[in-house]
Amino acid sequence: MTVGQAEGYAVEAAGLHATIGGSHVLQGIDLSVPAGGVTALLGRNGVGKTTTLRSLIGLVSPAGRVRILGRDVAGWPAHRIIRLGVGYVPEDRDVFAKLTVRENLRLAETGPDMDYDRVYGLFPELRQRSRQLAGTLSGGQQQMLAIGRVLLADRRVLLVDEPTKGLSPKFVSEVVDVLDRVRDTATVLMVEQNVHVVRRLAQRVIVLDHGQVVHTGEAAELADENLVRRLLGVSA
Amino acid sequence: MTTFLAITISGLALGAVYFLVASGLSLIYGLMDVLNFAHGVFLTLGAYAGWAVAAHLPQTSMTMFLITAAAATTAGAAVATATELLLIRPLYGSPVGQILVTIGLDLALVGLLLGGFGSDSRAVAVPGWLTGVTAIGPERIPNGDFVTLAAGIAVLAGLTWFLGRTRYGIIIRAGAENRDMVRALGIDVGRAFTVVFAVGGAAAGLAGLLNSVAFSSGLVNPVQGDQMLIFAFIVVVIGGLGSVSGAAIAAVLVSLVQEYVTFYAGSGGGLAQLGNMSVVLVLAVVLLARPRGLLGRTA
Repeated sequence: MTVGQAEGYAVEAAGLHATIGGSHVLQGIDLSVPAGGVTALLGRNGVGKTTTLRSLIGLVSPAGRVRILGRDVAGWPAHRIIRLGVGYVPEDRDVFAKLTVRENLRLAETGPDMDYDRVYGLFPELRQRSRQLAGTLSGGQQQMLAIGRVLLADRRVLLVDEPTKGLSPKFVSEVVDVLDRVRDTATVLMVEQNVHVVRRLAQRVIVLDHGQVVHTGEAAELADENLVRRLLGVSA
Repeated sequence: MTTFLAITISGLALGAVYFLVASGLSLIYGLMDVLNFAHGVFLTLGAYAGWAVAAHLPQTSMTMFLITAAAATTAGAAVATATELLLIRPLYGSPVGQILVTIGLDLALVGLLLGGFGSDSRAVAVPGWLTGVTAIGPERIPNGDFVTLAAGIAVLAGLTWFLGRTRYGIIIRAGAENRDMVRALGIDVGRAFTVVFAVGGAAAGLAGLLNSVAFSSGLVNPVQGDQMLIFAFIVVVIGGLGSVSGAAIAAVLVSLVQEYVTFYAGSGGGLAQLGNMSVVLVLAVVLLARPRGLLGRTA
């Protein structure tokens, strides 16, 4: 695939290769994420989903081409890619445990007039706990903080890695509701293992296996149990 | 009892010098995982900058001494900044390379100082009050101890404010936890690295001048930084890697033990090094009880 020719894509990658610790994790990823809505990045454990997200924003240095919001960003440092208007919510939340909730949010400021009310409106609990150390929050609260942190500034692209992993049903519902609202204003590329969440949020799916894209299609296809079992090795 | 007071104040002043050196080392390691063996020469260059500026000032008033101290601080910051930009930055991800280059830089700069100024000590021109004493009861406390102690407390307060209240401080604390995530929030961590090196170098430069004034009769020499560095590393390890508060506590602990042992057990008995040996003993005890140091993160 040639990156940069197609119009209307928020994120594109071509021939993406990445090696981590001697393991050839990405073996020529080609993908295109249309602008707007939610695209789910699916696959079994260890097929390279997280490495793909990290490669797109420069946290892993891949070989190949990456284009985000119309800019060729291969080789750019991560902070420069993020400043294009990209938000990243990592798999393990990665809130700063020794910083307060407010300080975690403050780190995400991109200017003087940040919309804290928007974040606190989405997650009222964060306002109540603004002086609490992030390391003392529950897993669900940390996920709220990780998502709230990227929503503080305007993001045109969100890369979200397993946002519901390890959360109780209450928090899963809350996180899904927020992502449901966010998809109206940003392009979301989401790694997610929970097929029900994918069906609820995503319009498109990209499936990886052994470091390569093996399927691209509509999320509605996940209604086909046989397809889900064949691609993901699980029952829907 | 009065001797105890003088020894205690002297120990606290020495602790202030240790803290000034160790806080920078600790911050640099905490954020960047860089063991900076050139930190001692930042101290030495600060002292020499102070000596050079003081020699050209018209009088030796306290105002002039403040200018001398500013010169030492600025020199330390400037050399540290240049070191980070030119030598450390290309070697991120290569701990062995960083160690080798900082050791090499230290040797080279000390060699340059020896070549340029010789091995003889040089006397910094300081105001008369600074070399005098203040009587507290029957005890006479050197004024240099008070100034050094005050400077240490001021820097501790300043660093606490900087790390706790400013955006750069928050970035530095966050970077010590997870650098990748700081980058993933759109923050140029490299700039924070430079700031940390500059702050650490500034504190070391000031320490160089104060160490000369309070503990070396106003003399500076090319190897004073290297002599101080070993104790600064011990303070960093005892306090906990990356912890400024830990460095402050450890600096006081180490310096007081060193001063008490030197005076009460070492003097007159031919055991002049007993104070230094006691510091190593403190290090061993702390590491056995708390392998991460008093307030440190996992190394």
